Amino acid sequence: MPQPRTLFQKIWDSHVVHKNDDGTCVLYIDRHLVHEVTSPQAFEGLRMASRKVRRPDATLAVADHNVPTSDRSKGISDPESRLQIETLTKNCNEFGITLFDMNDKRQGIVHVVGPEQGLTQPGMTIVCGDSHTSTHGAFGALAFGIGTSEVEHVLATQTLLQKPAKNMRITVDGTLGAGVTAKDVVLAIIGTIGTAGGTGYVVEFAGSVIRDLSMEGRMTVCNMTIEGGARAGLIAPDETTFEYIKGRPYAPQGDDFEKAVSYWKNLASDDGATYDKEVTLKAADIAPQVTWGTSPEDALPITASVPDPANTNDPARKAAMERALSYMGLAAGQKLTDVKIDKVFIGSCTNGRIEDMRAVATIAKGRKVAEGVYAMIVPGSGLVKAQAEQEGLDKIFIEAGFDWREPGCSMCLAMNADRLEPGERCAATSNRNFEGRQGKGGRTHLMSPAMAAAAAVTGRLADVRELS
Amino acid sequence: MQKFTTLKSIAAPLDMINVDTDMIIPKQFLKTIQRTGLGKFLLNDLRYNDDGSEKPDFVLNKPEYRSANILVAGDNFGCGSSREHAPWALLDFGIRCVIAPSFADIFYNNCFKNGILPIALPKDQVDALMDKAKEGREIAVDLSDQTVRAGNDVVFSFEIDPFRQHCLLNGLDDIGITMAQAAEIDGFEAQQSSLQPWLYAKK
Repeated sequence: MPQPRTLFQKIWDSHVVHKNDDGTCVLYIDRHLVHEVTSPQAFEGLRMASRKVRRPDATLAVADHNVPTSDRSKGISDPESRLQIETLTKNCNEFGITLFDMNDKRQGIVHVVGPEQGLTQPGMTIVCGDSHTSTHGAFGALAFGIGTSEVEHVLATQTLLQKPAKNMRITVDGTLGAGVTAKDVVLAIIGTIGTAGGTGYVVEFAGSVIRDLSMEGRMTVCNMTIEGGARAGLIAPDETTFEYIKGRPYAPQGDDFEKAVSYWKNLASDDGATYDKEVTLKAADIAPQVTWGTSPEDALPITASVPDPANTNDPARKAAMERALSYMGLAAGQKLTDVKIDKVFIGSCTNGRIEDMRAVATIAKGRKVAEGVYAMIVPGSGLVKAQAEQEGLDKIFIEAGFDWREPGCSMCLAMNADRLEPGERCAATSNRNFEGRQGKGGRTHLMSPAMAAAAAVTGRLADVRELS
Repeated sequence: MQKFTTLKSIAAPLDMINVDTDMIIPKQFLKTIQRTGLGKFLLNDLRYNDDGSEKPDFVLNKPEYRSANILVAGDNFGCGSSREHAPWALLDFGIRCVIAPSFADIFYNNCFKNGILPIALPKDQVDALMDKAKEGREIAVDLSDQTVRAGNDVVFSFEIDPFRQHCLLNGLDDIGITMAQAAEIDGFEAQQSSLQPWLYAKK
């Protein structure tokens, strides 16, 4: 009888082209997503070596990091951003790669677009020059971020040189309480394992909580796997997955779809398969989360207070906490619900999907953005925007005083004009609260879309359960 | 890629944990379409005041560390974004080796593509090297025999993947190595397209 294998091992085994004596493998890559920031130097490398793109048909490019989220009819005013986006267009034309440009209605954040188009499928290997490629693991695809040199390697060879990672399983069982979402689950996980807890691992998420999540929720969880240090997160594909993929433009059609589903059904980890590490969380222990510091691991229930570095024994951790409190302008012992905010950012590859928009609308409906607060909503793609508008969500947002914008990465990393000013405090649905991430001196608190909406209407970090 | 064999240099101490790639090279410098020229922006927000003047207390602004080729740092160095601009900025500044108790996976991998050697050592050993770095002592790294030395009293061995060591010692281009296996890649595609034709179906 064959050795039981995990989902990760099955995908890995089916993509090994060649294995060297030292265990390094040439791993085949099924899909390659490209954006404007991490690709120009890779294309330049191809040109200098007179190399071609091996499989343009397996490659899709989209402009997302630099695009303005305001009216685009006048183009991009920042010359550097414009050059980077023009360079992507030029490279895609030269190398024969399909591009969703800024004015394409399918344009959006690369990790929203891939799944939305049906490009992301179970059992695949998927890479992109972007750490949040882990998002696609929600479909049971082995998906991870790579650097620009590896982007060039994949463009040229459709493979990567890799050694197998260790395998961790994180199980979340039980039923989530009211107001507790996928974002709260993943923040609680990172708070538990730490920002380097997953380093060297591919993480498989399992348990009844994960099974019960929608594809959007699963993507939120896998998206933030990298914030726990693991390059890839995985969730076994099931009927929820197949139903989501069916009928999408890049999905297998007709007989091919049936054949694909029968293949996908065999991908789940075998009974008796073993992991290098197991972590379990109980749903009942997870409350709506917010981060207080400058690392995603600084997550606490909204009911908690800002922690005191004096209670930490590790000197390096203590120094990091003191630095974070100073940067964030917070005092130990302060109740999180007393922290006032200036801005709200709803969007990103973590929480820029239609369900996220709906969650915000539920809280925003019949309420107003608090005085003195600027709250922006940036849909993850043009299609998310169109869907939200079809459902009338945009009217709810605008009526409540939110700014409803064009799709892109926006203030998650502030490469375009959307950013925090020094000292400004933001309730954000994005994935990183690093120093300066949303603008130099900006202070970021990570949370779910519903919690960010609650912050918008109360003007402070707020417990969404007291509003809904 | 530049070879890495041995290196002897002053080491700059950056005694912080979780130094993320946003910190190493902030987003406003990612708009470049080149690999070079990022050294002056390395650790920008730690290094410069808002008016662009240098913060004199920051390690890379101190005269003794301006020409350091080695950086000693805390746990989980290079976490966050996959931006290869982080190792490009380090390299352009002159850093060829980073020593820390642990590294984030993507950053670690990116270093090897750029002729930078990341060395992970147990925390007590990094602490000892951090002390030497703070004293302004030279640190010597030998990739062939996998050692780090500081003076006569401190000698540590480090682990490295043999394939990565081989590529770094010889300055080898990964892509060239893989392209030599084109026939095997052709064979893989032929087999995969017969078993999973939908992966190859034209849209």
